[in-house]
Amino acid sequence: MSPLGKRFLQAVCLRAYRFLFFSKFSGKGEALVEHKKIIELQNISKEFEDEQVLSSINLDIYDKQFVTLLGPSGCGKTTTLRIVGGFETPDQGDVLFEGKRINDVPAHKRSINTVFQKYALFPHLNVFENVAFSLRLQKLPNAEIIKRVKEMLELVALKGFERKNVTKLSGGQQQRVAIARALISHPRVLLLDEPLGALDLKLRKDMQNELKKIQKQTGITFIYVTHDQEEALSMSDVVVVMAEGKIQQIGTPTDIYNEPVNAFVADFIGESNIVDGIMNEDYKVTFSGHTFQCVDKGFAPGEAVDVVVRPEDVDVVNVADGMLQGTVTSVTFKGVHYEIIVDIGGFKWMIQSTDFVDVNANIGIFIEPDAIHIMKKSEFSGQYGDYSTFSDEIEELGNSETVGD
Amino acid sequence: MEKTRKNLGRLIAAPHILWSVLFILAPLIFVVYYTFTDAYGTFTWENIFALKEHANTFLISVSLSVIATFICFLVGYPLAYLIAGYKEKSQKIMITLLMLPMWTNLLIRTYSMMAIMDDGGFLNSILGALNLGKVHLIGTKGAVIFGMVYDFLPYMVLPIYTIISKLDKNLLEAARDLGCNPFQVLWKVVLPLSSGGIISGITMVFVPSISTFYISQKLGGGTFELIGDTIERQFQNVSTYNVGAAISLVMMILVLVSLAVMNRFTKEEAS
Amino acid sequence: MKALSRIYTALIFIILYIPIVVLMLFSFNSTANTGDLTGLSLYWYRELFSSPDTFNALKNTLVLAVSASVISTVIGTAAAVGLCKFKKNFFKNSVLSVTNIPMMNPDIVTGISMMLLFVFLGTLLGRDEKLGFTTLLIAHVTFCLPYVILSVRPKILTMPRSLPEAAQDLGCTPLQSFFKVELPQILPGVISGFILAFTLSLDDFVISYFTTGNDFQTLPLLIYSMTKKEVKPDIYALSTLMILTVTVLLILSNVSSKEKSTERRLTL
Repeated sequence: MSPLGKRFLQAVCLRAYRFLFFSKFSGKGEALVEHKKIIELQNISKEFEDEQVLSSINLDIYDKQFVTLLGPSGCGKTTTLRIVGGFETPDQGDVLFEGKRINDVPAHKRSINTVFQKYALFPHLNVFENVAFSLRLQKLPNAEIIKRVKEMLELVALKGFERKNVTKLSGGQQQRVAIARALISHPRVLLLDEPLGALDLKLRKDMQNELKKIQKQTGITFIYVTHDQEEALSMSDVVVVMAEGKIQQIGTPTDIYNEPVNAFVADFIGESNIVDGIMNEDYKVTFSGHTFQCVDKGFAPGEAVDVVVRPEDVDVVNVADGMLQGTVTSVTFKGVHYEIIVDIGGFKWMIQSTDFVDVNANIGIFIEPDAIHIMKKSEFSGQYGDYSTFSDEIEELGNSETVGD
Repeated sequence: MEKTRKNLGRLIAAPHILWSVLFILAPLIFVVYYTFTDAYGTFTWENIFALKEHANTFLISVSLSVIATFICFLVGYPLAYLIAGYKEKSQKIMITLLMLPMWTNLLIRTYSMMAIMDDGGFLNSILGALNLGKVHLIGTKGAVIFGMVYDFLPYMVLPIYTIISKLDKNLLEAARDLGCNPFQVLWKVVLPLSSGGIISGITMVFVPSISTFYISQKLGGGTFELIGDTIERQFQNVSTYNVGAAISLVMMILVLVSLAVMNRFTKEEAS
Repeated sequence: MKALSRIYTALIFIILYIPIVVLMLFSFNSTANTGDLTGLSLYWYRELFSSPDTFNALKNTLVLAVSASVISTVIGTAAAVGLCKFKKNFFKNSVLSVTNIPMMNPDIVTGISMMLLFVFLGTLLGRDEKLGFTTLLIAHVTFCLPYVILSVRPKILTMPRSLPEAAQDLGCTPLQSFFKVELPQILPGVISGFILAFTLSLDDFVISYFTTGNDFQTLPLLIYSMTKKEVKPDIYALSTLMILTVTVLLILSNVSSKEKSTERRLTL
């Protein structure tokens, strides 16, 4: 045996040992499990008709995780997913599956299955045959196919739907068939392209929980594409925020929410007030004409920065007690809280408060040091975070997905 | 690898592409070739000059088929509009009734028409029985036009009907709501919106009308020739193939140009 | 208004059907006179069926229509599928335009142009009989192709791209995905293309007239040669039978599918 072969064998043994060792503890605490990389994207670039859709994407996806690609339409998230699935070939860069380059492996030979945006159920086959599709291709014995389809339909709560025509099912049911169909051949990775996009709000919430449950149960890596930040935060282990063909930030939902790296991420995830500030020294930042205590450091003295303050972290106080003062320009009742737009020195802030204030009232606001998050200036600075033209409708439009993302 | 797979997928179009080149393009090249050569294969303009003799035939053909197309439109448009107004079930029956003659061989339809219009035919024997004298129809241009209208009317009605029946009923109601009377609804809303159907109806009547040779042979009674008859006659005998090719070429250009103009017209209309 | 519209519609239908009804009536006439009904008889039907020409032509027509429609459906469907994979617009557009030429061109031009080609090829190959079944078949396939492509293409264009992708995702090779998923999706288009090709081939006279030889006669050609001679009601009998067959077929196809094929034919 060549020395190289020996080294390889050792590496495999070590990996297998580590895997067995750590998986013993997997029940006790997630943190203990060191998942191995299952998919690596290295320097992926892709152009469509002279338009750069992806530029130098680097992304490691770990086994058994729920990873969400989040971004507005046209950010390249679907293209990324299609590259992983084998429906597009990158112009540059490599796709690795468990360390092996799979750029040239066609979709049907990848152990990766997809739940398509509009499900792509085969209309000429019934529920059973749709789910059994990949097993039939493998020419498994009929008894086993029946058994596995039955199990799978139970998992997605579609027991008894075997003979139904897929075109006659509701959106949620079609969704479940699509998931069952993709899961039945035990893929290592499941790709989901906006799978809940066509469902109504109530059903979406139910399906979110269910998907998360299925992912936990099967232990399959999920790569999930969505433009809905709430969905991304509530379901994922890791969120990958994308914009303009680039990855902006990779992190856990809490990291992404609490520590956005730039104005785009801060604005896209939840509501944020983003104002220009100057970092005086570590833990001291000046914006809107007032110097605040903060918890960030490591910036050059006098460096211009973007300051993020979440609307729920702003407290409304008397004018006299406020660190900043402003005039209320609008108040909207949102059920749990009021959404208050305040004009502070010409910049419109959004504040979420349970206390009602009058329009045109002068109020003061108070911000705790740990509610202030400092970000480096980026190409997105100044584009987001002002609520002067804010309305719910515009928000809706911005989020709605256009065809051909 | 991805590339080769894609090319493989495209390859299945190859038989058709080959077929089109061999049996659509090559024959047309032969028409051009014959147009510009004589019986011995040498280049000549003679066949083009010979077209002058047939100028009159062209004129008759064009005028008869234009008249027939226009009558088809005048008769067919209201029919299509009216059919679209009936209940769905009646619509279906009427469209089937309209299609039935269309799927009946043209020769048969024309022949039966001749049997009716003939001097000793059905019509004249009825007129005779009623003591109304006889009418001489076969051999007149009117008979040929009537034959064209009769044979090709369904081709006018069906495309127009298809478009009108698919019109958004809300549009018509909106027009009524805004103060149009039924006639104005037809004129201002339905007619412009059905222009696509009208254009395809016109082409579907005009093209077979201008190129027919059977209708004129039977109903024209041999008293005059249409361009289709002329072409057919040239191809009875090898020695006149070249002139025949020249006439065909002219007719083809005439038809294709008018189709192109029509298409341009509808596209502008649509935009 | 309503009464007026009824009268108008009825009038046109009556005019449309008078010749057909008259023709059917006279097919049962006992004499050859087309002016008078002299009595009912099946004489002309017997006359028709006693002639071997009729059966021969019927057989020829069916053989031709079946082979032409099968060939054109296979080539046309493959073409429609393959053409969708082309991105470059110019090449694809020129192929599609060339395909449509037989549909746009007057039949007589298509007929004589092919005849010129066949005569040339025949001379080249030193054949005595230059035209016959083969040339007729080629001609029929040629004019059927655009209609097949016209019926299949929209089905492919409206099929979501994700369906074949899903099939491959689940383990199909591209070939398997075509037969297991794509073909069942476009099948209605393929079938209506086939039916359309079949009926067009059955019905064609003009192109056949120029591309057939002396030894191969189809029904429309037979009718033509019959009408060239003395008017005899045996042709009425033949026509009546053909009209009845078409009627039955039309009703059957209307009952099963929803007149899709004819709609296609109309939207040029």
